[in-house]
Amino acid sequence: MSAPIASDAVPKARFDLIPLLLIAAVALAALPLVGSATSWATLTLAGLAMGLIIFVIASGLTLVFGLMDVLNFGHGVFIALGAFVATTVMGAMGGFVASPSLGANLVAVGVAALTGMVAAAALGLVFERVLVRPVYGMHLKQILITMGGMIIGEELIKLVWGAQMIPLQPPESLRGALLLGDVAIEKFRLLAVAIGLVVFAALLWLLNRTKLGLLIRAGVQDREMVESLGYRIRRLFVAVFVAGSALAGLGGVLWGLYQQSVMPQIGAQVNTLLFIVIIIGGLGSTLGCFAGALLVGLMANYCGFIAPKAALFSNIGLMVAVLLWRPQGLYPVSQR
Amino acid sequence: MSPPLLRLEGVHTHIGAYHILHGVDLDVPEGEVTMLLGRNGAGKTTTLRTVMGLWRASAGRVLLEQRPIQALPTPEIARADIAYVPENMGIFGALTVRENLLLAARRARSLDELDTARLEWLFGLFPALRKFWLYPAGKLSGGQKQMLAIARAMVEPRRLLLIDEPTKGLAPAIINKLIESLQEIKRGRDGMRATVLLVEQNFMVARALGDRVAVMDDGRVVHAGRMAELAGDEALQQRLLGLSLAAHQ
Repeated sequence: MSAPIASDAVPKARFDLIPLLLIAAVALAALPLVGSATSWATLTLAGLAMGLIIFVIASGLTLVFGLMDVLNFGHGVFIALGAFVATTVMGAMGGFVASPSLGANLVAVGVAALTGMVAAAALGLVFERVLVRPVYGMHLKQILITMGGMIIGEELIKLVWGAQMIPLQPPESLRGALLLGDVAIEKFRLLAVAIGLVVFAALLWLLNRTKLGLLIRAGVQDREMVESLGYRIRRLFVAVFVAGSALAGLGGVLWGLYQQSVMPQIGAQVNTLLFIVIIIGGLGSTLGCFAGALLVGLMANYCGFIAPKAALFSNIGLMVAVLLWRPQGLYPVSQR
Repeated sequence: MSPPLLRLEGVHTHIGAYHILHGVDLDVPEGEVTMLLGRNGAGKTTTLRTVMGLWRASAGRVLLEQRPIQALPTPEIARADIAYVPENMGIFGALTVRENLLLAARRARSLDELDTARLEWLFGLFPALRKFWLYPAGKLSGGQKQMLAIARAMVEPRRLLLIDEPTKGLAPAIINKLIESLQEIKRGRDGMRATVLLVEQNFMVARALGDRVAVMDDGRVVHAGRMAELAGDEALQQRLLGLSLAAHQ
C-alpha cells in the first residue's frame, strides 16, 4: 500500500541539524588554536577515528540503558575481551599479519574482529542472564553488580592472558601513514573510520527501516506500552544486550589496534568516556551517541595537542557545556 | 445465556504495600460497551491494568472466554487480541503516526501488509491521522493523540478494547468527535467491531456510549447493570456517583 498522504498532509518534521553542525564548528574553532593546517588535519582524522571507535563501543550501551533502564558499568569487560581475543587471533595468523598483501591483512583484522565479537556476545549473554536479570529496576544494585562483574572479568582475563600489557600491532600494510601533501594520515585510522561509518549506517538502517528497529525505538520510549502491544520486550532486550556486547567486542579490537597495545584494564579506562558520550548524546539515542562520540574524540585530540594538561578535563567540560545547553543531551529520546 | 467475553472473579490487586482492588467481580459481555464508572481512586485504572497483566492480581481470576489469563505475561494477554489504551495514551512520541500504527499491527512487517480497507476506515473515523501521517506523534494535540491511541488499538481486529478515560483533558468539541468515533466503532461493520470496556469519569460520555455499566467504589464493583437503568434512575445516580444526570443536562 502506498503512503496514504492527503494533499493537505503536513510535511515531515524538520531534522535537528544543530548538534551535527556543532561537530563541524568545534573542528573549525580548533583550526586557529592548533595553528598548522597539516597538524589540524591529522588531529581531526585521529579524533574522528577515536570518536567512531567509541561510538561502536557505546552504541550498544546507550540502547541497553534506553530499552531497559539498565546501568551497565561492566560494559568495559566486553571491550577488554574483544581486544585480548584479537591478540590471540592475530598472533595465530602471523602469516596474514606480516604479509605485505592488504587483502591478507584485512582477512586477519576481519577474523580477529569477528572472533572478538562472538566472544563478547557469548559473555554478554551470560552477563545478562547471571548478573543483570536479577537486578532489573534496581539502579544501585545494577551499578554495584555490573562493576563487580567487570572486576571479575578482568581477573579472569589476567588468568588467561596474564597481567602484563600485550602489544597489538596493526598488520603490515595498515602500519604507518599515507601522505596527502603535508598531511599524514595513519592507515589504520582510515580503516577505523570506515568500520565506524559502516556500523553507524547499519544501525541507522536497522533502527529506521526495519520493524525490529521500530520496536527498539519504541521500547526505548515506553517499555510497558510495547509489551501491551503484544511484544516480548525481555527477548528484545537480551538480543540488544548481546548485540551491544558484540559491538563492544568489535570496538575493543579496534581500540587495541588504535592504541597498539592491550591491558586488562582497557575496558575500565574507556568506561568513563563511554558514559560521557551517552550522556552527551541523550540516553538511549543512537544518533546522539554518534554525535557525542565524535565530539569527545575530537575534543580529546585537539586538547591533547593544544593544552595537554587540560586534556584530562576536556571531556568533562564538554559534557557540562552540552548539558547546560541541552539538559537531556544532544538528541533526547522523547517520552511520549 | 452465553458466558461473557471477559469475567473478573474476586480479583484483588496490591501495589506495593497498598491493597487497591478488594475482590472485583465484573462481567463484560461480547459485542457490548461496558462502562466502568466511579470516583477517583475507586480502582478503575487498576482494574484495566490488572486485566492487562501490568499489575498482577494477588487473588481471584481473570477469565477471557472462560480461560484464566491472570498469570499470563502482558504480551501473551495482548496476543489474545486484547488492546489497551492507557490513560496517558501510550503514544510513542518520537515515532511518526505511520510508525505508531505499523508497530501496533503485529502481523504486518511493513506498511504494504496493513489491511488497506481497515486503514481507510480508521482514516474515515480520524481524518487527522492521514494529515499527520509522517509527523512525529509527540507533536500532535491531545485530541489527535487520543485518536491515534484508539486507532492503534483498532489497526488489526481485536476481541476486546480496554480504554482508560479517553476524554480526560480534552476540549468539549473534541470530546463530541471522539464520542462519534467510538459510537462508530460500537456500530462497526463486520470485523471492525470490538467489545469495549471503557473507564470514564464523564457521565454524559458514559451514557452516550455504554450498553452496560459497572460502578466501582473502594476497590469493589458496587453496582452492575444496563446503562439505561442507571441513566433513568436519578436516585441511583446520586447514591452511586454523587451526581444526577439531570443536573448535567
